[in-house]
Amino acid sequence: MGPLVPQEIIGADWNLFIAFVIGIGFGFVLEQAGFSSSRKLAGLFYGYDTVVLKVFFTGAITAMLGLLFFSLFGWIDLSLIYVNPTFIWSAITGGVIMGAGFIIGGFCPGTSVCAAAIGKIDAMVFIGGILLGIFFFAEGFSFMKDFYMAGAYGPLKVSDFFGISGGVMALLVIIAALVMFKLGELAEKKWPREEY
Amino acid sequence: MKTKYMNPYLAGVLLGLVLLMAFFFSGRGLGASGAVKSVVVTAVDIVAPGHTANSDYYGKYVGEGKSPMKSWLVFEMIGVMVGGFLSGALSGRLKWRVEHFPGITANRRLVFAAAGGILFGFGSQLGRGCTSGSALTGMASLSVAGFVSMMAIFGTAFALAYLLRKNWI
Repeated sequence: MGPLVPQEIIGADWNLFIAFVIGIGFGFVLEQAGFSSSRKLAGLFYGYDTVVLKVFFTGAITAMLGLLFFSLFGWIDLSLIYVNPTFIWSAITGGVIMGAGFIIGGFCPGTSVCAAAIGKIDAMVFIGGILLGIFFFAEGFSFMKDFYMAGAYGPLKVSDFFGISGGVMALLVIIAALVMFKLGELAEKKWPREEY
Repeated sequence: MKTKYMNPYLAGVLLGLVLLMAFFFSGRGLGASGAVKSVVVTAVDIVAPGHTANSDYYGKYVGEGKSPMKSWLVFEMIGVMVGGFLSGALSGRLKWRVEHFPGITANRRLVFAAAGGILFGFGSQLGRGCTSGSALTGMASLSVAGFVSMMAIFGTAFALAYLLRKNWI
């Protein structure tokens, strides 16, 4: 059955409209969760507010289990789902640079757009920074191209990497998440703060 | 703790369902930085069309019959603005302001926000996606890239937290 657009069960003309509606849900949930506040987001790294950890991992696990069960029930063809390819060196380096941007700027791209939508001027400035950062990358691309393409493994899955099934992998992620949620709750008790 | 926000686990489940719907309908996950990239490509293409056509990077997105703004991520991010605005309006959080830790000035906050944005924008291109597109979506589809991005982003932010503590606590 699914995914509906790639199998032309729903016409490709509808894809951008679907994207818009899904975006509304995405933005609404991010804002309701408090991701429009940089002080709440940064709380994870100081232990006073671990909402990022809880929402991010619960979200990833819900979608992960949804995909596995949809596939089990024959509702979705996993081979048609886009899996982002792994280029190990650029993934690590890009992630490190993004992590620095996160703790320095207090947002990531999605949360900054969400925060700008409710009037946060710091988020608008952050978005200005993203535009510049992408521009710098684009202009310098020819110097980084070899590094960008190095360590290519294609759309590799962690379950295949470890030689276990998707279900077992998901179970391990759930166990890890439960341990982290417990640590998060303990941290919030240890470093209590009023909420932003 | 009394909260004005949604229970984080409930919000997480809802976020996961939104992501699952993106997979089910469109066969792909959520994203954010890709939409900003489309804006950059479009702007550079307007100012210097010859430059974009000859570029290794921009060249993929411009040319005959290609319009970078007619992309899934651009429309999704327009939706994010609408959804964020609706949520803020419903919860009484619409307000022009610079939010910052009281121990620092608003100007300092803005300088750091700009610097962080530049780094995040650059890193998102090198890492082929940000927290939404690479880490969250990648983890849900069990991609190695997703787990690597997640660990690199959060690990680095934790590692640098002590250095930047005066901005936040």
